[in-house]
Amino acid sequence: MLEVRGLTVRYGDLVALDDVSLEVDAGETVAVLGASGSGKTTLLRAIAGLLTPDAGTISWDGADLRPVPAHRRRFGLVFQDFALFPHLDVAGNVGFGLRMSGVATPELAGRVDAALARVGLAGLGSRRVEELSGGQAQRVALARTFAPDPRMLLLDEPLGSLDPALRRDLATDLAAALAADPIPTLLVTHDTDEAFALAGRVAVMDGGRIVRTGTPEEVWRHPGTAVVARLLGQDVVAGPLAGITPPPGGAVAVRTDALRLDPNGSIEATVLASAFRGPDHVVTVDVNGERLTATSPTARRPGERLRYALDPEAVSVVTETADCR
Amino acid sequence: MTRRTALWLAVVPTAFLAVFFVYPVASILATSLGRPATATGSVFDAGVVWFTVWQAVVSTVLTLAAGLPIAYVTARYDFPGRRLLRAITLVPFVLPTLVVGVTFLALLGPSGVLGVDLSGTVTAIVAAHVFFNVAVVVRIVGGLWEHLDPRIEDAARALGAGPWQVARRITLPRLRPAIASATAIVFLFSFTSFGTVLVLGGPGMATIEVDIYRRTAFLFDLRGAAILALMQMAGVIGALIAYARHQDRSRVMQSLTPATLRRPRTGRQRLVVGATALWTLVLVGVPTAVLAWRALSRGGRPTLAGFRALRVSPFVDVGAAASSSLGYAVTATVIALAVGLPAALLIAARRGRLSRWFDTLLMLPLGTSAVTLGFGMLVALDAPIDLRASVALIPIAHALVAVPFVVRTLVPVLGSIRMRLREAAATLGASPARIRLKIDLPIAGRAAAVGAGFAFVISLGEFGATSLLARPGSPTLPLAIFRLLGRPGALNVQGAMVLSLLLMAITVAVVLLVDRVRLPGRGLF
Repeated sequence: MLEVRGLTVRYGDLVALDDVSLEVDAGETVAVLGASGSGKTTLLRAIAGLLTPDAGTISWDGADLRPVPAHRRRFGLVFQDFALFPHLDVAGNVGFGLRMSGVATPELAGRVDAALARVGLAGLGSRRVEELSGGQAQRVALARTFAPDPRMLLLDEPLGSLDPALRRDLATDLAAALAADPIPTLLVTHDTDEAFALAGRVAVMDGGRIVRTGTPEEVWRHPGTAVVARLLGQDVVAGPLAGITPPPGGAVAVRTDALRLDPNGSIEATVLASAFRGPDHVVTVDVNGERLTATSPTARRPGERLRYALDPEAVSVVTETADCR
Repeated sequence: MTRRTALWLAVVPTAFLAVFFVYPVASILATSLGRPATATGSVFDAGVVWFTVWQAVVSTVLTLAAGLPIAYVTARYDFPGRRLLRAITLVPFVLPTLVVGVTFLALLGPSGVLGVDLSGTVTAIVAAHVFFNVAVVVRIVGGLWEHLDPRIEDAARALGAGPWQVARRITLPRLRPAIASATAIVFLFSFTSFGTVLVLGGPGMATIEVDIYRRTAFLFDLRGAAILALMQMAGVIGALIAYARHQDRSRVMQSLTPATLRRPRTGRQRLVVGATALWTLVLVGVPTAVLAWRALSRGGRPTLAGFRALRVSPFVDVGAAASSSLGYAVTATVIALAVGLPAALLIAARRGRLSRWFDTLLMLPLGTSAVTLGFGMLVALDAPIDLRASVALIPIAHALVAVPFVVRTLVPVLGSIRMRLREAAATLGASPARIRLKIDLPIAGRAAAVGAGFAFVISLGEFGATSLLARPGSPTLPLAIFRLLGRPGALNVQGAMVLSLLLMAITVAVVLLVDRVRLPGRGLF
């Protein structure tokens, strides 16, 4: 389906995308995960045809997309700030793409209603867009993109500008929608939970490069580099730790579920801080001068000494350099 | 936008300004200053300048005092009628200044409803200026206020600051850019005030603009008028520079949030909201209602005598005045759009120095004495075609005054047809041509319609330049009002009030119409 090879985009001296290669297959949802400024939005815009790459190819089913302008690519793009048209009402926004693809007026109303019903906004067609709440605007943006049956879906931080409660609801809805529709989807996000919840495959970006790809589980278990491990919220320590000695230039990535309270454990830790995060207390501990995060069923006082056993499955050796290819 | 396109866009506005503004104004100033001083009134009158400045300062301070509570209540509290309250403060601001003068003549003039005759006093002038300008404070300060994150104030309260300390140390500093903008605009409107002062001011009570008019139209002291016109221009430019400097220095990062309104809960909050709503109604509603009552009543009973008197008035032909006013307004609107649209496109494209220079150039007519402009056109535009005898000069002068407003309405909208919207349309299958047709055109078109509405209203109410350019036989509505006021007899004054009411109704109707097509956004208009 979508195949990106050696894509490079420069803004003056800044290299926003550096030799990026990526594939999205039929029915697959791929998440590009990266901190802000890592180049993920640039990647999306290049695929949508909104900017011309300096090098590399983008192809669809083997056909080169470079000569195809954005409006002929039939890639639906949902913007982070939704970019709803302020001069059109909700129905006008949702029907825009249908009109562009030449859907006749009598048919239009029905398809707009169907698209709105699909995102749970039936009957809101005549609303003005500035009267919408954040969640509603998000749903209208989705319906607008879905309505003209795009052959691929591009989502830019689809839940990024919503508050947490709404995010959870919409993430569930969105995951169901993506599962129901075999349309290939590429979403970019800085949020690990969002990427893992929605995507079957994750590509981690850093400094304009893709530094790790794999299923969420693979990436979670073997981040590969310190950068990826930190992005996933894992602790990175120089080691050695409980018998694991990383090679030179390497480090040990430790997940929060790695340390298990055990009176016979080999790791001696001093509590630095403890906070209740429900269902457990999250305890920051000092192990041989390095900070690690662990959990405890009860609250702990700073200075308290604890013994932990290490789950070798929850620890991986990573390289400190960004590039592991 | 290529450099070539930019230059093409610059052609029409530049030529228009050069021929109809720079040339006439420069030549009248040059000619006038070269003349020997005349015997009458040629002595430079420092009193006029002093009066102009101090009444403008007092008007500005009082307008802030009158408007800030309204700005606060409509920005922070959610209550029934909030939008309406904000909307009605805009009514005085769109009125022709002559009508504002007549309104306060009805309220405070001889046989005014208050029973005291304050016409010819600075009190009446300042009150009229506050009435006219309060919208500037409510719109600009309130517009920022409602988007200021209220949690910053909460944080200060939590750190132990009392309500007054919060106001003085947190809220006011954060509002400073908006307050400075509003202050600058109100000061300039009061400083260059003409129609209002002409109607309300007594013999010794003239602003610079009124004195320019007196010297040009009655005393033929062109040298004195030219000196005053230059002083007024210097004052306006000085105030604008001071304002720009202040804005540069006080620029701070503000965390803006969507408006967060809360319902008034405590008795005290309800009192504040209620009192402010009442104050707004008194400030805007009472003068307007009094004008209507005076126009439509006699001896305490409603009557249409004013209308009948107008129909048969030997001094003005109301039908002719109305039709020429409408004709000029339509023409001026077309010209203002033809000039303002390319200018706004150029400014919105932000082509560096060229755009900025252009922006400033277009604003100059606002700082120029309208009387001087009118007289300059009358005197200077005789070659190659003699336009002086032609009525074409009237809509052209109106367009010159309206263009800055058209540009100010269009630029923010054109700038905000954000790249994103175009990109969104492209990914939905719209070709570049259809993006122009379906996105750019409708959005810019609405802004142009709003700009056209303002141009129309400005032309309807313009008085300074028209008073010199119109031929005695065919006055516009404001000229007819002024002519009636100059005639003795209660019926003539009432006729003037009827016409003012009519002009007010047309103006408000146009502005309401314009409001329906406007896209949401912040700003004065």
